[in-house]
Amino acid sequence: MMGLSVDIRLPRDRFVLEVSQTFSAQGVTTLFGPSGCGKSSLLRVIAGHEPRALGNVVCGEDVWLGGKTMPAHQRRVGFVFQDARLFAHLDVAGNLAFAEKRARHDSGIRRDAVIEALGIDALLHRPVQDLSGGERQRVSIARSLLGQPRLMLMDEPLAALDHRAKARILPMIADLPKRFGVPVIYVTHALDEVAQISDHVVMMQTGKVIADGPVSEMLERPDLQGLTGRFEAGTILEGVVAGHDQEMHLTSVDVGGLAFEMPYLDAPIGQSLRLRVRARDVTLAVKRPEGISTRNIHDGRILKLSPEEGSAFVEVLIDLGATHLQARVTRAAVRDLALTEGSHVFALVKSVSFDRRALPGVKG
Amino acid sequence: MSPDLAPLWLSLRLALVTTVVLLVIGTPLAWWLAGTKSRLKPVLEAITALPLVLPPTVLGFYLLILFSTNTGFGGFFLSLTGQSLTFSFTGLVLASVVYSLPFMVQPLQSAFEAVGRGPMEAAASLGASPLDRFFTVASPLAMRGYITGLVLSFAHTLGEFGVVLMVGGNIPGRTKVISIAIYENVETLNYAQAHWLSAVLLAFSFAVLLVVFTVNRRFPVRVI
Repeated sequence: MMGLSVDIRLPRDRFVLEVSQTFSAQGVTTLFGPSGCGKSSLLRVIAGHEPRALGNVVCGEDVWLGGKTMPAHQRRVGFVFQDARLFAHLDVAGNLAFAEKRARHDSGIRRDAVIEALGIDALLHRPVQDLSGGERQRVSIARSLLGQPRLMLMDEPLAALDHRAKARILPMIADLPKRFGVPVIYVTHALDEVAQISDHVVMMQTGKVIADGPVSEMLERPDLQGLTGRFEAGTILEGVVAGHDQEMHLTSVDVGGLAFEMPYLDAPIGQSLRLRVRARDVTLAVKRPEGISTRNIHDGRILKLSPEEGSAFVEVLIDLGATHLQARVTRAAVRDLALTEGSHVFALVKSVSFDRRALPGVKG
Repeated sequence: MSPDLAPLWLSLRLALVTTVVLLVIGTPLAWWLAGTKSRLKPVLEAITALPLVLPPTVLGFYLLILFSTNTGFGGFFLSLTGQSLTFSFTGLVLASVVYSLPFMVQPLQSAFEAVGRGPMEAAASLGASPLDRFFTVASPLAMRGYITGLVLSFAHTLGEFGVVLMVGGNIPGRTKVISIAIYENVETLNYAQAHWLSAVLLAFSFAVLLVVFTVNRRFPVRVI
């Protein structure tokens, strides 16, 4: 698929949804923002479920909205709703067949591969009423895929699920673009989901897009922390599994040449993964500390100091060469250590502070 | 003595034809009412429900006037078909359709409203055209509404009396339906015949309802 470009307007109860945005044709793009900011409506406009929307939606060569509007059933989008919306008069296999029969194009998405990827083989002959929330959502994703979509739209598909179901399904979603060649636009108001699966992030507030960019950049930006939440601010490190120490139950992850040690992960060497380091878990030192239990110590330079208005804290962005890291320290520490932009510092990250749940494709 | 069952067959034929006609025109009307936000909706709902509250004689009286060959509608029908609507089977069917309309439309409308937009949007994104998703998603999900609507329309038409009397009169084989026949038998003190026809109608109605409620258990209300 070529890119998706959207330039639309839709009056809502409390505000006007007004978005002009181009979406990537690759990977997972998350639409992130507080509840009721218009992100679901934007998704519905793209899918063709909001007849009152004005403006243009263009997907590759096809005009979806504006000029001659293309009805929803011709757009070939896979839409996964928060409430799954399986057809109650059909069993699981019937729901899948419904999509297969109506596929308007062959994108090379095979039924067997889909059933395996979503782990729904054992559910095929069950009535949909008997499925758990997580099972329903997996069937719903499989059903959408079998429509041979050129684009998957997901509207908070995990919002109603418990933590275990969420942890099981998120990696499956993160895998869709690679496995089936379909880009995904994923709506959520949960930052942990953003951190785990996105390649790109589009942030929204009261009907407008306020920022967009690659996920690592977006979560580092102090100016967006009103939205991302200070507590959750942090950095995403992209790395590969470099080795395991079975005796010590440690796994070493290589992030662009820097080694990070973390508690043992059941993942093969060479597997790429994403580590999330929260800013509040990073300690700074001006000399290399010795006799300390912290396993990960890397040196770098301070890129940016962002003191927070009326608080005790300063957000510090550090360049480690291979990656950036974000730290949250007190104003008093910045003063006492005489930290300025350009200062040489050591960043300390405890191995136990890696959030293991935030690892797509890896069993924690 | 053997009973004269012709009025029963006529009633059954009337009820069947009426129900089929109601299915055809009630379905799109119920669908529109279930989905529309138009300001006309309450007006149409009120008109559809009128037969529930109007005395059949009032309804029959207006229909009689409408069907009269002196009016535009009745005259138009006469010139079109060479047949008068008053005191004819066709007239009875038309009158019964109006009379039983709410019994088809209301259960269907509620059923369609219960299906809601959700499954329809899902079907659309899976590539189903509006007609396709109506027949393969909305209709099966609204099955209970269909069964209720069909049975109530049929039963209500079968038991129709006042409207038939006003519009159709009492012509054997043409407009003399079972309720009229029973009335006539009672008036002429022919109680044996009245007993026969009443018992047949009672047994038949009970049997139909019994079958329906038994079948209906196979279509439990589905909540997802």
